[in-house]
Amino acid sequence: MSKFRIVHYINQFYAGIGGEDKADVQPEKRDGIVGPGMAFRGALADVAEIVGTVFCGDNYMNDHSEEACATVLEMIRSYQPDLVLVGPAFNAGRYGMACGMVAKMVDENLHIPVVGGIYEENPGADMYRRYAYFVPTTNAASGMRKAVPEMAAMVKKVLAGEEIRDGYLKKGLRQNYFAEERGSKRAVDMLLKKINGEEFVTEYPMPVFDRVEPQPAIKDITKARIALVSSGGPVPKGNPDHIESSSASKFGKYCLKDIDDFTPENGQTAHGGYDPVYANQDLDRVLPLDVVKEMVRDGEIGSLHDYWYATVGNGTAVASAKKFAAAIAEQLLADHVDGVILTST
Amino acid sequence: MVKEIERHGLPVVHMCTVVPISLTVGANRIVPTVAIPYPLGNPALDPAEEKELRRKLVRKALRALQTEVTEQTVFTD
Repeated sequence: MSKFRIVHYINQFYAGIGGEDKADVQPEKRDGIVGPGMAFRGALADVAEIVGTVFCGDNYMNDHSEEACATVLEMIRSYQPDLVLVGPAFNAGRYGMACGMVAKMVDENLHIPVVGGIYEENPGADMYRRYAYFVPTTNAASGMRKAVPEMAAMVKKVLAGEEIRDGYLKKGLRQNYFAEERGSKRAVDMLLKKINGEEFVTEYPMPVFDRVEPQPAIKDITKARIALVSSGGPVPKGNPDHIESSSASKFGKYCLKDIDDFTPENGQTAHGGYDPVYANQDLDRVLPLDVVKEMVRDGEIGSLHDYWYATVGNGTAVASAKKFAAAIAEQLLADHVDGVILTST
Repeated sequence: MVKEIERHGLPVVHMCTVVPISLTVGANRIVPTVAIPYPLGNPALDPAEEKELRRKLVRKALRALQTEVTEQTVFTD
């Protein structure tokens, strides 16, 4: 029997093209294996073969998604694959989004299965999980050795047409199956357990939407007090609080009273994962302090909170971000701030 | 972070480049920005033009803060 054909989608970094300085490269394809596909070769050897690898810069994919996806789709189609493998993206946000977008395009246009690897908190996971069998990975690339065999096993199951119930981030699709007992019996059993205070597992979990109601608009911005917050890592030159370039464990609070304009001498970004050159040249590109100060002076904005707050969003756990934001919000409320401009990179 | 600050009672405008991420995390007022490494600038422009671009984006953010919304809203124009 001939082997199944797989196309692998990866980013510019894993393709060996380069890091952040190459994140703008346009989609390209190469016959056969590039980068991490090598690790999959052994695991898939008897069943499938990676016949082509398609890659694209993460920035290009996210900034020109429509055009980039269309090109990537045609490149994938040209290999006539039976399955598409994406990532693993771990907790790299833009790479995760890229893998998700590719999965969606393939699912909707080529109607072939997609297998990927992603960290559960990666924003791409939540957005695109329904389009692929995303095997949950660790948050960092050091988990590659664990991710590859699990993804390969998933590929084999999918290609074999096996019924797959676990081992991936739930797609949110309903699956039919034959239960041992009829529904009425299961429902009553569940009810009895509930009444007895025992543990039970629902068969129909309700979706959790963690949404916050929009706060009312500011009536008159020329009388309002505004604060600046950023997850793009804007810090004073030297990063005095040593905020980590990824998986930040803290946020910083910095006085902005004496700064009217950021320069290479007074500001920098602490953020990893994107090319810091532009932010380090002029941090106003991340935190628009220069124009905000002018607008306060000209009366366009009522007043400005005396501090800016900064952390690094790169790979930072949702729980940490929540904790930072709660602490920041308390301080803003204490200073009677009316509204917040929050920038992200 | 956007959501948590808003939960504490302050309107937040999220200025970011990857709008789908902002929508996923649940920001209510979103202003799309220029590019990931320089959301509020553009090194290809001369400094005066770049500052003007930034001023326009901040004005848009201020407008967003002054706009009543009932659901997630992306301020594109």
